Amino acid sequence: MATSSTHVRSGPTTHTDPAHLTTDDRSGLLRDMLMMRAVEARAMNLYRQGKVPGSFYDGFGQEAVSVGASWAMAAADRLCALHRDLGAHLVRGVSPATILSQYMGREAGVTSGRDGNVHFGDRRVGCVGMTSMLPDMMLVATGMAMAFKLRGEARCALTWFGDGSTSRGDFHEAMNWAGVQRLPVIFVLENNQYAYSTPTNLQYAVDPVQRAAGYGFRGVSIDGNDVEAVFEATREARERAIDGGGPTLIEAVTMRMHGHGAHDDMKYVPKALVEEWRKKDPIDRQTAVVSALGCDVEALRAEVLAELEQATEVALAGPMPDPRTATDRVFAPRDAGEILLEDGAAPWSGHRQ
Amino acid sequence: MSEMTYLKAISDGLRTEMRSDERVLLMGEDIGVFGGAFKVTDGFFDEFGADRVMDTPLAESAIIGTAIGAAVVGLRPVCEMQFSDFIACGFDQLVNTAAKMYYRQDLPVNITVRLPSGGGFSGGPFHSQNPESWFMHAPGLKVVAPSTAEDAKGLIIAAMRDPNPVVFMEHKHLYRRVKGEVAEGSYETPFRARVAREGDDLVVIAYGAMVHTVLEATTDLAGASIMVLDLRSLVPLDEEAILDAVRHCSKVVIVDEANETCAAGAQVAALIAERSFEDLDGPVVRVASPDCPIPFSPPLEAAVLPSVDRVREACRQLLEY
Repeated sequence: MATSSTHVRSGPTTHTDPAHLTTDDRSGLLRDMLMMRAVEARAMNLYRQGKVPGSFYDGFGQEAVSVGASWAMAAADRLCALHRDLGAHLVRGVSPATILSQYMGREAGVTSGRDGNVHFGDRRVGCVGMTSMLPDMMLVATGMAMAFKLRGEARCALTWFGDGSTSRGDFHEAMNWAGVQRLPVIFVLENNQYAYSTPTNLQYAVDPVQRAAGYGFRGVSIDGNDVEAVFEATREARERAIDGGGPTLIEAVTMRMHGHGAHDDMKYVPKALVEEWRKKDPIDRQTAVVSALGCDVEALRAEVLAELEQATEVALAGPMPDPRTATDRVFAPRDAGEILLEDGAAPWSGHRQ
Repeated sequence: MSEMTYLKAISDGLRTEMRSDERVLLMGEDIGVFGGAFKVTDGFFDEFGADRVMDTPLAESAIIGTAIGAAVVGLRPVCEMQFSDFIACGFDQLVNTAAKMYYRQDLPVNITVRLPSGGGFSGGPFHSQNPESWFMHAPGLKVVAPSTAEDAKGLIIAAMRDPNPVVFMEHKHLYRRVKGEVAEGSYETPFRARVAREGDDLVVIAYGAMVHTVLEATTDLAGASIMVLDLRSLVPLDEEAILDAVRHCSKVVIVDEANETCAAGAQVAALIAERSFEDLDGPVVRVASPDCPIPFSPPLEAAVLPSVDRVREACRQLLEY
């Protein structure tokens, strides 16, 4: 990062450092963002057709935050993603068909219909599913990091959370504990300006990135719509965590471009603000970067859409869960053996060196 | 075998498991150097070190939440709430994150949460509660409550080995009052009820400290033969043992130290009403703390907690029915 102080003033700054990214990595980042947007657009259509029960929540315009951060993580690292972070699941290796099945409450979804929308985590790729009580996962990630440190493992945990979450006690408890024990954990504050309808000026008096200094560790504010900047900030935070340098708070400044859920017309957001942020669309920006490198972005888009078509067919053909199983799986059996989080995909070329 | 207090039996169970399973670690406020507010972990810091007997910040949600994180990557944390009352500050992590994790994503959360509970020593409204039924109402949590030294050790070991989150209710008033023969080494007590005393005319169902109140109240009750059933586990609830006892005795008194509404005993009463109505020779009788906070001053507290006299009178009236 450009600064070595324990915290920096808020406000997006760009820290793109392509030195750590190959051309394949840079188009890979774009591909995952394209897939996130495509899956969510398809799910919104399915919702409007009545095939997605409940409501539907997406991360339109915030794709860079989950994709960029999870790209920096290694296979043995562990993640807790939020409801705007579908990209993290895609990066770790959850298939679009599984995700669409999840949205539709089908048996083949990650939770087998036991939880809805993006409230899921596939333990087979090292992810813990979020709860609705934000930011509970900050403590879970802190606990995973604590275990890594106790066992002397070169691993790291990461969780995302929003601007509204900074008001809750678990934010404080996690930041404090992580600071006291200098744990290998990365906190990504996805500051999308609104917690449902509440703007940040009603949420906090001081930009939360400045609080990191109060807990004794580094806080940085970055442009959350620049996927390479998010990657680089996370890569650096991970390196520090693995080296024993403790936690990092990364504030990724972005904007929620859709309502809180499909039911929300977000009349409370000034139109000019949305239009201003539309010009900063993370996919448009990475498309320009990758096109300039000579990559065929149209071919990439076509490939993503073809995969999505096939995934939609698979998901729609899958059965709903059997009602007779509704009360199954409340308790784990004693004889099941040790069931833990497992490693996920880690596409960054730096992890293969 | 050696004789030890209920408190030492809990310590013995924790120590035995920690020696044989390096995944077990203890987390709580003042449990390390100080040995815990009640000295359950006295000496543990010297034997196991700061990494396995972890003095945490004063942050109950963090204790439960980080224990969940550590569990899903392979540790087996045992969390101590300094008083069971303080679990209110960690409630969300326990009932929302831990309890539902396996159901939602097939990921067991092997944590044990020790809750020093109960009244009887002027602890007042925030150091005397019996919050077990809060957790009976959160599917995914197991809830156990030993009444003897032998079961305290066996249940804490079984709790640590159970892949699910287990809430371990340890009654503070039993810590040093109750002693018993405890086997050396490792053993598990099953999450099932036990017959604390055989009998034919009436059964009293209780758990935790109330088992001792009930045994004293029914030792010599006008020649009647009184069975005492110690539930030991509230989730899972040993329904067959309860129904067997009712079928055998036909009269039942249920005793809770907890506040009466929606207490564990209310679930037991509902079970009997649904499944054993034809076996009854009288109304199901309940004795519990009335629905008020547990007061501080001795005469007030004594007026609230179920006493030997109240239990005896309830039994006497039902025997005459």
